[in-house]
Amino acid sequence: MMRKFGAPLVVVTLLVSGTAFAEGDLYIYNWSDYTAPDMVEKFETETGINVIIDTYDSNETALAKLQSGATGYDIVVPSQHFVEIMIKEDLLQKVAVHQMENFGNVDPRWTYPSWDPDQEYSAPWNWGSASFSYRADLYSGSGESLSEFFEPSEEVCGRLGVFEAPDEVINMANLYLGLPYCSEDPAEMTRIQELLVNQKPCVTTYSSEGLNDRLANEEVIISAHWNGYSKKGREAGADIVYAYPQEGIVGWYDSVVVPVGASNIENAKIFMNFMMDPENAAMQSNFSHYANAIMGSGPYLDESLSSAPELNVPADVPVIFGEACSPAAQKLIDRVWTKVLQ
Amino acid sequence: MKRRHLEVGRYHGLGTWTVLCFAFLYLPIGILIIYSFNASSLAMTWTGFSLDWYAKVLRNDSIQFAAVNSLVIATITTLFATAIATAAALALVRGGRFTGHTASLGLVTLPLVVPEIVTAVAVLIFFANLNLNLGIGNVIIAHTTFCIPFAFMPIRARLVGMDTSLEQAARDLYSSEWQTFRHITAPLLMPGILSGAMLSFVISLDDFIITLMVAPAGATTLPVYIYSMIRQGITPEVNAISSVFFAASVLLVSIYWLLSRRVMSVPKGTGTSNASGGSRT
Amino acid sequence: MISLPRNSRTRTWLGLAPAWLVIGVFMLVPIALMAVISFLEANPYGGVHFNFSTDAYVQIAFEYDLEDNLVFNPIYINIILRSVGLSILATVVCLVIGFPVAYFITLQPPSKRNFYIYLITIPFWTNLLIRTFSWILILGRNGVIETPLLLTGVIDDSLNMMYTNGAITVGLAYSYLPLMILPIYASLERLDFRLVEAASDLYAHRLEIMTKVIIPLSMPGIVAGCMLVYIPSLGAFIAPDLLGGGKRLLLGSLVQFQFATARNWPFGAAIAMVLLAFVVVALMIYARSARKRALIEGDL
Repeated sequence: MMRKFGAPLVVVTLLVSGTAFAEGDLYIYNWSDYTAPDMVEKFETETGINVIIDTYDSNETALAKLQSGATGYDIVVPSQHFVEIMIKEDLLQKVAVHQMENFGNVDPRWTYPSWDPDQEYSAPWNWGSASFSYRADLYSGSGESLSEFFEPSEEVCGRLGVFEAPDEVINMANLYLGLPYCSEDPAEMTRIQELLVNQKPCVTTYSSEGLNDRLANEEVIISAHWNGYSKKGREAGADIVYAYPQEGIVGWYDSVVVPVGASNIENAKIFMNFMMDPENAAMQSNFSHYANAIMGSGPYLDESLSSAPELNVPADVPVIFGEACSPAAQKLIDRVWTKVLQ
Repeated sequence: MKRRHLEVGRYHGLGTWTVLCFAFLYLPIGILIIYSFNASSLAMTWTGFSLDWYAKVLRNDSIQFAAVNSLVIATITTLFATAIATAAALALVRGGRFTGHTASLGLVTLPLVVPEIVTAVAVLIFFANLNLNLGIGNVIIAHTTFCIPFAFMPIRARLVGMDTSLEQAARDLYSSEWQTFRHITAPLLMPGILSGAMLSFVISLDDFIITLMVAPAGATTLPVYIYSMIRQGITPEVNAISSVFFAASVLLVSIYWLLSRRVMSVPKGTGTSNASGGSRT
Repeated sequence: MISLPRNSRTRTWLGLAPAWLVIGVFMLVPIALMAVISFLEANPYGGVHFNFSTDAYVQIAFEYDLEDNLVFNPIYINIILRSVGLSILATVVCLVIGFPVAYFITLQPPSKRNFYIYLITIPFWTNLLIRTFSWILILGRNGVIETPLLLTGVIDDSLNMMYTNGAITVGLAYSYLPLMILPIYASLERLDFRLVEAASDLYAHRLEIMTKVIIPLSMPGIVAGCMLVYIPSLGAFIAPDLLGGGKRLLLGSLVQFQFATARNWPFGAAIAMVLLAFVVVALMIYARSARKRALIEGDL
């Protein structure tokens, strides 16, 4: 069990004993509300390992903390492009995921991914996508094209929500204009800048918080969105539809990795293997509302999940996963975004 | 000082204005509490009364852990920051003019003027290089540092030009320095100290960026937990735990109120104007 | 000013020692680190390379366009000015709301004053993000203010109060109001009401009593309050993002963006250094005038 009221105790023990953690702990660093409590409980019962969960707000924060060197986390759950950066920056440990007992359960579609080609570092967690959602009862369009988002019609103008950070927005713009992600070509980025600058007069807010709230409240009728989050909005009663534009949607894929400096490596490996078990992966998906990459987890999934349109991408819509951009490309992205929000 | 509530000091509409100000402060809290009882997960749609979110908080070990961390950190930080700030304010205001006066004043207010994210990243790098890992202690050190000016400013504002005749009288009557401080200076200073302590407490309780960066494993606080919900959407669970905090603070105030009324009925030895401070000793 | 007995110098420094120790080690050293970082080259994945570079400072006033030509760029200067303007506005609003309240509390019997002080800080026990969120419910479409007006027919369309500078100002003022009220209260509370009476005896008008006696005597508190509101407002990002819609970058969001999203630490550090320089100058002016005032008060 997690310690409920252990904080004062932690103060005392930590102040006294420095870094001496008890044996049998596992420190997980993840987004809030993104680690299924029942799955954690099952893990604790089966293994006797005590799990402590800390939270971060973005991949960038996780990266910054790992770069600083002092952490104490055994498990971190970054997205695909950050796994790539972390590997490049020597922040992760090789744990030979491909040799783990449950590795055979991973859907071949997801094995040996481009960000970890030898599957040395990362085990699958959840994956999802970013696109836009609209209020079906208030909006006359059908979400077939990204043009509805980037070149909004009059009814949408002034009622449009965009993400706060550039990552997904610029990737979506790339898809719309048929350009590759992480372009290093100034001419191409100029086109993206124009697109976003022209979109801006119609944008109500650049914010990634309260997406469903604003849709439900009718402040916006189209909003950039994540699929599992959008699903929650629909289930809460708002007529929110997650769009599958023909140009494609931006994919993200979160993985379980072990940072350098982890103090409970063996426990971390046990946890990784545990997460590749179909039933456990399903428990995690049921809680987070996002899909997993484990074959055979289907029967354990909640009905609302397996039938959710947000989680079942139509075969003809491409899912293009975000990449780790080169420094040159990153610089261009930053300039474009600053120009847009100046 | 004798406080006589004469008509001369009063102004029309002062009471009304204060009521409006309190409405401004409490309206958002009221709404926040109402929505903690909302059945829907959407903050803006009312679908019916429910205690579900409170039940969820009770089952959510992580959020409770974070809440307890927050309270522990804020309490210890307040004690440290207020003590350090009081000493510094006394030294700076009572020490007369000396070399290093301006530098010291600048130093104490420094944490206030550096953007939080800069402090956060800088302290993170610094702690990492020192290899400092005191768990929650790391956070307390960082919080104490940036809470000092928040405690210092009201205390200093109170001290500047404070009447020193009582203290001098006490010294003339051969009371020791410590006695003078304990029975005269501290009670006179109490409104400033109290204001400073309250400010550091709420500042520490609400800090996000610095905590996010500085906290080592096992030291997640409530604000960090809440901001990290962005990926999943912030649920009324946060309203529920915020309401619990609110209820706790109201409870504390009520207890204090009852206690101080009991003390208040005992005749006071010191001047009336510092009765409020004296009652706390 | 009280003249302290024996070895007062030693005691002064003893009093200051903890502050110097804590802030010196955990703030001064990190800031020096930041100053160094602002002169280094950015590592594209966050962090820095150890090569000297003034790029970060050049970048504040100039930019490379997408073709890498250096041109004058007012973007960041505009952002700085915009932030300063909004912060001043928020400070003024806080002062206008806060001063009468602080004064009202001072007029209460001593037993009630602390109670009022608690009342002011209680709302801040709840999380700032979630409190700011409540303002969306108040100001927003179909919110607490609009709905009754719509129902009674006073207005027939949304007032569009959200996502404006007004909304940001309300949010900032709301976030920092106690930081204004508490120092003013601390300073007013020791106001000697005999001075007010004396002024009244000399037939001073109510307004004159306020402007010539009460306000000047509470100046230390007012200055402290204004600083406590103004400076955090400069770096604020929650109210601008949630209530302003994040359409225009402000300093707080900009520094945040450079450190987190853009991962350009030197540039973020450079902006922070420029900001710091501005504030330090303001503080020095304040310290000088405070010293002058202290001298005058010392003569009283």
